[in-house]
Amino acid sequence: MTSPIAGGVDCDLHPAVPHLTSLLPYMNDYWRDQVTTRGMTDLVSQSYPTHSPISSRPDWRPAQGKPGADLADMQKQALDRFAVRFGICNPLYGVQMVFSEDMQDAFCRALNNWLAKEWLDKDDRLRGSIVIPTQSVEKSVAEIERRAEDKRFVQVLMLVMGDMPLGKRAYWPIYAAAERLGLAVGIHAGSAYHNPPTSIGWGSYHIEDYVAQATAFQTQLTSLIVEGVFARHPNLKMVMLESGFTWLPAYLWRLHKFWRGIRMETPWVDRAPLEIVRSNIRFSLQPVDAPPDPATLNRLFDHMQSDELLLFSTDYPHWQFDGDEALPPGLSPDLVRKIMIDNPLKTYGRLEFAKEATP
Amino acid sequence: MVRHVIAPVDELPPGTRKFLDIDGRPIAIFNIKGEFFGLLNRCPHQGAALCEGPLIGLAQSSSPGEIEYTKLGEIIRCPWHGWEFDIRTGQSYCDPKRFRARAYPVNVEPGSAVVKGPYVAETIAVSVESDYVVVDL
Repeated sequence: MTSPIAGGVDCDLHPAVPHLTSLLPYMNDYWRDQVTTRGMTDLVSQSYPTHSPISSRPDWRPAQGKPGADLADMQKQALDRFAVRFGICNPLYGVQMVFSEDMQDAFCRALNNWLAKEWLDKDDRLRGSIVIPTQSVEKSVAEIERRAEDKRFVQVLMLVMGDMPLGKRAYWPIYAAAERLGLAVGIHAGSAYHNPPTSIGWGSYHIEDYVAQATAFQTQLTSLIVEGVFARHPNLKMVMLESGFTWLPAYLWRLHKFWRGIRMETPWVDRAPLEIVRSNIRFSLQPVDAPPDPATLNRLFDHMQSDELLLFSTDYPHWQFDGDEALPPGLSPDLVRKIMIDNPLKTYGRLEFAKEATP
Repeated sequence: MVRHVIAPVDELPPGTRKFLDIDGRPIAIFNIKGEFFGLLNRCPHQGAALCEGPLIGLAQSSSPGEIEYTKLGEIIRCPWHGWEFDIRTGQSYCDPKRFRARAYPVNVEPGSAVVKGPYVAETIAVSVESDYVVVDL
């Protein structure tokens, strides 16, 4: 195995909301009464079914409650264990599934406030992602601006499968706000289930959904690149979270090939897609969908033509590796340092400045 | 460099192209709005008959969604993979550093000059009263 080094940044941690009622203190009177009188208890998504193996490593699964719901567990099992300097919290709670933009907005605000109070306030190493009600771009921008005042929020979080392709220009005010405020935009695996979780319709099994995340990421990358998001926002960093990355070279070969033939369709794409990926897109490390063979992995890194694309992540508490093998075997010490420290710090400009500016 | 007489000007009116083989080289001569251009009829990408492709304009953009369309009819698009080449320079637009089509200078010369030589007139009979399309290879 490759040993992690101290002082890194874990870019994908998942604190769990125990129950919808956990968010009640962070809602206004109206929404508190709505949740209570309607008898809403929880927002359960099919993306990470509680008892599915992917949802928690066996030795990280608590005796009671949801995996990832306990700060002390996260500290012991992830933050202390891998001696990280920062850990970025990406809450995956079903707020994106809600169809009412008003309710979605209320739940997102509550979720973000809950994260600040119940997690960020309790451990100096933790940083947050702003979950946004993507059905309303206006409300999303308002929430980004509100929460961005707290410099511990370093990223805007969206799901890879939402309502529309992410490159669509209706979403651009979100990207403009992120770029203006120095936030990265994280795109995390998962679906709002407003569309089938595969491009060919509804599958039958969990494995179909999970494997299809990678193709959803590819489709989103194509959309973001060809619609011109990075021509308009050259300084915007987008991070593909829990996306896997082993598919990247073959996908880029295909995109590059067809872009060369129909360049005139999207002339604002004035650089090869690979160059845009190198300058604007990053990937969290876990899951590593490659055989545990250093030669295979290093060949893949050669194809990627950059050592700046990967950001360390444990994907805690999801089960992507065992023991302390968060890093795949065969990484050079230089690459370990880049993945764990340099690349995250360059991607998340707010990490270095959060300390003095935290309210 | 050898100057080859291709055709009397009247035989290549605007909007037409003529394909010919000169010393084993496939060449195409274009008349675009009265201006003549010559190109090797072989795509530098994979060898397709580049000059059989459509002539389009150049789409460029300084802002997503806004297209500036210039060089109308001066961009040849390869029939195999759609790559665009500037007919004036042979420049490729998807990979200009690595790929360039071979362009040849084409001029119109009066018959009085052509009969004096040194020109290779192929099988064309030259008379002093006409103008001729001449390519430098």
